Amino acid sequence: MNLKTMNKTTRSNFITYAMVIVAFVVVQAMASTGGISSSLKGQLVPICAYIVMAISLNLTVGVLGELSLGHAGFMSVGAFSGVIAAIYFGQTIENTAVVMILAMAVGGFFAAVVGVLVGVPVLRLSGDYLAIVTLAFGEIIKGIVNNLYVGMDANGLHFCMIKNTLEMEGGKMLLNGPMGLTGIPRIATFTMGFVLIMVCLIVIFNLVNSKSGRAIMALRDNKIAAQSVGINVTSYKLMAFVISAAMAGMAGVLFATNFSTVVASKFDINTSILVLVFVVLGGLGNMRGSIIAATVLTVLPEVLREFSEYRMLVYAIVLIVMMLATNNPTLKNAISNFTGKFKRNSGKGEKVNG
Amino acid sequence: MEFLFNLISGISLGSIYAIIALGYTMVYGIAKMLNFAHGDVIMVGAYICFFATMRFGMPPLAGVLLSMVVCTMLGIIIERLAYKPLRQAPALAVLITAIGMSYFLQNSAQLLWTSSPKVFQSVVGTINGQTGLKLFDGALSVSYVTIVTIIVCVIIMLALVTFVNKTKTGKAMRAVSEDKGAAQLMGINVNTTISLTFAIGSALAAVAGVLLCSAYPTLVPTTGAMPGIKAFTAAVFGGIGSIPGALIGGILLGIIEIFAKAYITTQLSDAIVFAVLIVVLLVKPTGLLGKKVSEKV
Repeated sequence: MNLKTMNKTTRSNFITYAMVIVAFVVVQAMASTGGISSSLKGQLVPICAYIVMAISLNLTVGVLGELSLGHAGFMSVGAFSGVIAAIYFGQTIENTAVVMILAMAVGGFFAAVVGVLVGVPVLRLSGDYLAIVTLAFGEIIKGIVNNLYVGMDANGLHFCMIKNTLEMEGGKMLLNGPMGLTGIPRIATFTMGFVLIMVCLIVIFNLVNSKSGRAIMALRDNKIAAQSVGINVTSYKLMAFVISAAMAGMAGVLFATNFSTVVASKFDINTSILVLVFVVLGGLGNMRGSIIAATVLTVLPEVLREFSEYRMLVYAIVLIVMMLATNNPTLKNAISNFTGKFKRNSGKGEKVNG
Repeated sequence: MEFLFNLISGISLGSIYAIIALGYTMVYGIAKMLNFAHGDVIMVGAYICFFATMRFGMPPLAGVLLSMVVCTMLGIIIERLAYKPLRQAPALAVLITAIGMSYFLQNSAQLLWTSSPKVFQSVVGTINGQTGLKLFDGALSVSYVTIVTIIVCVIIMLALVTFVNKTKTGKAMRAVSEDKGAAQLMGINVNTTISLTFAIGSALAAVAGVLLCSAYPTLVPTTGAMPGIKAFTAAVFGGIGSIPGALIGGILLGIIEIFAKAYITTQLSDAIVFAVLIVVLLVKPTGLLGKKVSEKV
């Protein structure tokens, strides 16, 4: 592989893949030699789940250009359907990797179905109205899952809503309304998280560089112009939205199987906003940025543990200052003057290659 | 009778949503931004009033006024520090800053006043030892808080509509919301107008916070979050940017929420509220009173 002969997009994608692989190898090595603290070790799988959430939301917000405030809803659908599948398949299949793949397939499938159900009406709207409707759908999903009861006995799975009226012969409750899922097999590993990130990256990069991806980006940049050259607005928008939802569902499975219990209220508007923060801070449409932002912002509260009760305050201030520094023209100029020397050197190299 | 009781509770809750929604809708109309921190200004207002009346023994009305003053200043400071430098920035950047501001306010409140819940004493007192009116031989009792909430909402609404439509400053606000550049050319100080909008919105948030905590007396640093989101929903429901829309959206949302709780199920009331919102937006994509803006090609 010669970095210099590749075109710009391929090189950028290659760097992103390389970054993820190197990070995985380094962290894996550090974990085996005890180089990272145990609290950080516990964060590894959630970080992977948040990275997948961030890159999948980036597909909706950055590539498709529609603001979604209900991304955690898809994560929730994936998490709950996937975990139930994991428990169900776990009865007969020993190999956890196979169970995980089946659970992810189920979680991703259900999240995609909900993505279609939500996407068809929602994508007719635009701008802030679309944002508020995705928020509403996220809250509705939370409300429904919060009142769903699922039990399992010898006859298979049983479902009911609002009140627990399940009649089972023996068996056990899996999802107990607001009490959430209990007894989840903790099968998620860091390696599985890494594989999921790589798969999602490959899917997204190939989508963005395909005919469909260019159609989606054309819709983002100018809907009317795109329409006038015969791009089908609804189907392409739905395509990006559903792929994004399916990935969020898989991230939900990964996230939930890292804990022994999960409640529906974990996947609320605050989680959606948290992921949106990763995406915006990392840069719209920039997958590498999303990955870095998701990692840094998930680790940051851990690192700030010294400040104990001040850490969320510091987090908020960091967020505001970052946004001001990257978006205010005066501050931006001041910063680029300060780092001007570095910029000029690297800028030269890029021009020659690009 | 039960129906009437629920209707009145719904209108009362809706009035609170409407007052909060006004803040959202005015700021959106002028600055074209979703001020996510608005819900937390409500919480700050309630805390200020709580400490003024409970700790320092100020009379309720003075407490309300104090919290209005503090929130007004807070609103202006937030706007100057966090939003004004981003006037030219993309909408998403401003949104994230507003979210950051919301976290900041919630966590500051947690540090200053701890997360243990405070029991808010209603600012509406008792008359003859009664906390409410008994109508129809006691078959229907309506608390004074409910009545005061509805009256305050009506007064605020009338005052605001008069202010925006009849005064010169109100005219400036309308001009800025329509076209910032043109308004500036006509000699309107856009920055002052935006600050003024934030000031009014935040003062209203303080009133809403006090009324909210008078009706639902538990006060914690996250008190404002959910009502904030629902009020924002109400603003969109009525057509964001429209002042009468905020009133109608807020009251309808309150009634739907209370009815869903009373007649369908408590657990799914929020889901039902949001489902109604979705249906309305699908039929009328700009909300009930929203203006249809035709797209320029």
